Amino acid sequence: MTRLNGGLIDRTRPLNFTFNSKAYQGFEGDTLASALLANGVRLMGRSFKYHRPRGVIAAGSEEPNALVELREGARAEPNTRATVAELYDGLSARSQNHVGPLHRDFMAVNDLLSPFFAAGFYYKTFMWPRAFWEKLYEPAIRKAAGLGSLSMLPDPDAYDRGYLHCDLLVIGGGAAGLAAALTAGRAGAQVVLADEDFRLGGRLLMESDLLNGAPAHDWVETVRAELDSLPNVRIMTRTTVFGVFDHGIYGAVERVADHLASPGDKVRQTLWRITAKRAVLAAGATERHIPFADNDRPGIMLAGALRAYANRWAAAPVAAAGDAIAVFTNGDDGHRTACDLLAKGAKVLGVIDTRADAVAQGDYRVFAGAQVTGSKGRLGLTQIEITQGGHSSWHAVGALGVAGGWNPNLHLASHHRGRPHWDESLLAFVPGQGGPQGLIAAGAAAGKGGTAQALADGKRAAQAALSDLEIAAPEILLPEARDAAAAQEAFRHVPGKKRAWVDFQNDVTVKDVKLAHQENMRPVEHLKRWTTLGMATDQGKTSNVSALAVMAELTGKTIPETGTTIFRPPYTPVSLGVLGGGDTGKHFRPFRLTPTHDWARAQGAEFVEVGQWMRAQYFPQPGETHWRQSVDREALAVRSGVGLCDVTTLGKVDVQGADAGEFLNRLYANMMGTLKVGMVRYGLMLREDGHAYDDGTCARLAEDHYVVTTTTANAGLVYQRMEFARQCLWPELDVQLISTTDAWAQIAVAGPKSRALLSRIVDGFDLSNEAFPFMACAPLTICNGLRARLFRISFSGELAYEIAVPARYGHALMARLMEQGKDLGVTPYGTETLGVLRIEKGHAAGAELNGQTTAQMLGLGRMVSQKKDSIGAVMSRREGLAAERRRLVGLKSVSPQEQVAAGSHLFTQGAAQNMSTDQGWVTSSCWSPHLQSYIALAYLEDGDKRLGEIVTAANPLEGRELRAEVVSAHFVDPEGGRLRD
Amino acid sequence: MLIPHPLLGLRDAQEFTYLGDASLLNRPDPATPGAEAAFCDYVFLRDNPAGVHRELWFHEQGDRSWLVVTRNTLTHEILSAELASDVKAGAAQ
Repeated sequence: MTRLNGGLIDRTRPLNFTFNSKAYQGFEGDTLASALLANGVRLMGRSFKYHRPRGVIAAGSEEPNALVELREGARAEPNTRATVAELYDGLSARSQNHVGPLHRDFMAVNDLLSPFFAAGFYYKTFMWPRAFWEKLYEPAIRKAAGLGSLSMLPDPDAYDRGYLHCDLLVIGGGAAGLAAALTAGRAGAQVVLADEDFRLGGRLLMESDLLNGAPAHDWVETVRAELDSLPNVRIMTRTTVFGVFDHGIYGAVERVADHLASPGDKVRQTLWRITAKRAVLAAGATERHIPFADNDRPGIMLAGALRAYANRWAAAPVAAAGDAIAVFTNGDDGHRTACDLLAKGAKVLGVIDTRADAVAQGDYRVFAGAQVTGSKGRLGLTQIEITQGGHSSWHAVGALGVAGGWNPNLHLASHHRGRPHWDESLLAFVPGQGGPQGLIAAGAAAGKGGTAQALADGKRAAQAALSDLEIAAPEILLPEARDAAAAQEAFRHVPGKKRAWVDFQNDVTVKDVKLAHQENMRPVEHLKRWTTLGMATDQGKTSNVSALAVMAELTGKTIPETGTTIFRPPYTPVSLGVLGGGDTGKHFRPFRLTPTHDWARAQGAEFVEVGQWMRAQYFPQPGETHWRQSVDREALAVRSGVGLCDVTTLGKVDVQGADAGEFLNRLYANMMGTLKVGMVRYGLMLREDGHAYDDGTCARLAEDHYVVTTTTANAGLVYQRMEFARQCLWPELDVQLISTTDAWAQIAVAGPKSRALLSRIVDGFDLSNEAFPFMACAPLTICNGLRARLFRISFSGELAYEIAVPARYGHALMARLMEQGKDLGVTPYGTETLGVLRIEKGHAAGAELNGQTTAQMLGLGRMVSQKKDSIGAVMSRREGLAAERRRLVGLKSVSPQEQVAAGSHLFTQGAAQNMSTDQGWVTSSCWSPHLQSYIALAYLEDGDKRLGEIVTAANPLEGRELRAEVVSAHFVDPEGGRLRD
Repeated sequence: MLIPHPLLGLRDAQEFTYLGDASLLNRPDPATPGAEAAFCDYVFLRDNPAGVHRELWFHEQGDRSWLVVTRNTLTHEILSAELASDVKAGAAQ
């Protein structure tokens, strides 16, 4: 154990966990990283490219190295940062990216081959032979590279989405964030305070600073208690604000149950969409390191992280208690680490300060004007080389902290084209011009990282936000604090011939940056892509500025002249599961049930998805083992008796107003204004480009009242387009629209016995052919007073009706019709039979109205009225469309048992089969039980003049072709007598 | 994004569906000579400016009104939102 004294861990609550199957113990308040360090474990993984042994670098979400796989089975999660994985009892973690045991990774041979793996290696090496890329190079590279691997099991956890609205969103709960939240909270503003950590306090928890003469976490607890008591403040810990979106909308992920062994009945994570009038960005700062030779060994970390582990978690990142620790710094900040370590009783070798005039701030040795120039230790640091005044010496150490200065976490401030600004006095980028409106950076995120500075700046930012919102802000008393000395010099990296890592996560070294420069990949965008710098899970949080500094040195330009990378969401990785927010599987999109759904299910129906709808596909009866048996039976029953089908899903739009007829004239290609009250007409809509769009029926219930139907698939879109026509094209027309698709249940009653069946439920309504002819419609009552609408329309070609009742009566109506029609042999049928019946009758559906077809092709060219304007009328007459010669025809297989596959292309018999001889295609096909043959609908060149001809239907995909006779598309009752009698 | 609906106030953009260039309001007169060419432009040609753009949004999950929204496509700043029927009626006067 390398535990120190004190710390914000609860030693009365030990937690057992495993890492690579070995058992360890930590305490409540630990992260996986701090618990491993306290157990003397420094080696936590292998690097991306060279498989170098790696340990933890940071103490927060910027960690590039210590990526582990957490949990088991389906909950296993790769690439999890050990530094933010909250320890719980029973946690299991494994290292990743190695072959064989972690301490003896067989892929480490890559490190010996590193001269071959420099930046751009893949781009240059695997160029040829070209055919090798897909089969050989890429699979091998993919296998060798990369980070963790997925479990490949379905995610067992639930996710949720939430929406919040507030006056002020405070991002980060450190010194600045707490001061801001307190200022706004006391002013009575609606405040959301979000922090990615599981405990509020930010750096205040990691430093030894005193506030009001007491440890800072005391003040944090007092503030937390006050904020908790305010009803207008919502504190969200374990919540990362990952992006700023337009108009003050912030995305955040709350890790609700990641700190529990299993979420139980909780969701695992929640995606929050926070609409904030103003926001304070108090996200703190991330420390830079200073690249030197072999600076990537486990045990070498950021000095601020070293201090955080000692102060907050009482852990020293050394192999054994008592090992000495050194600090390498270019400024005052490194000395704080040495002082804090001494105060914790750790052994300090000394501080290597690059500044010649550096002096000790405590009882430790200072190597002034010195540099660390090398390190040793195969699986963890054992020695460092210190070079001072041209003289080098090796020193035994168990850990080294590196302090290269701090970069403000300005990520969110750069989301809306915000441009970071180089601050020469801080030697860092700070939030600059532009960026999200209403977002105010404060504290270390704005370059004001001293404790007193941050507190005051948080208060200032909140006051500015409140003043904008015209909320009076009371003066609040901040605790007494002081700013630590923070002078530094611009020392960026230790020159040398050996590899010095800049980006640990992507194995990018100073040499790689030099190579990019040499190859003229100098703009930062090119540098990034050539070397992979700043990619992957950490997005270069600890590396970007160091790499820029090296590039600036090479080009002889300043850092701001060299450029900067700006950031896009997400700030830290966000799981796809939470972005889905639980909308997976059945919940991926809404699904709609017809009014007779439960009834159909009770009948044993098979269902099919049609758009969002679940529709009955067919109704298998006892003894039927194949769907065709059911469908053949249902289709024959309709043609010889009576069948029932729920057609509620067809879109219905109620059109009312004095100009309703004129409006529909302009919407449909054919004339609707002349339709008599009490009658129905088939209607065809065109797109404005002249192609056929949708079809349906128009029923005129009154002079100023129509009900029109659309296809199921286009119901929403046709309604939208009708509203477009009403509001955007012809607002002067007196017409109102409403979609009533869900308001009315509609059942098709089809077959020669349909009139007999309906006569048993209508309330004295005269159904005779004279009183209620083909294409009639009427409002009426049925079943002793239930209001209904009756339409005498037919999709099947038989005597048929559609009857509509308020949706809540749909189930009851279906049951009543079934009961009343028992002796008539009434048969329910599904969408499959509906399809067979309409193909037999030659009615167009989705496959014929596929967006490429015209009214002429459908045989409806004459329906496009020349007497009036309508949408698409002008363009339907244009050259190209008017000359279209393909026509809808029927095809009958010469061998009745052979199916003409839909999608087959048609050719003259014996003709060569290519694009120029192609004469059309098959749109729909089915077995016709009525004709005892396979039949199909097709578009065929001059098809209407070729009845009786045998053509070839070729299906090269399946290597089949067969002969079919061209016939009328109306296979059943072409004269239409059955409809009309 | 939030769209300032002229009747309903600020509404989330997720409630809307997007159509595009508001020039679709200007349907050519089918009776004039050369109407086919005018329709061709109307149907197939759209401006796609980097900057201020007038565009059509449909409040599908709301009051089903069509809006003409003037938006800067670079910054997503919304400069105005009007009922399309008002815009059309205004243009006709």
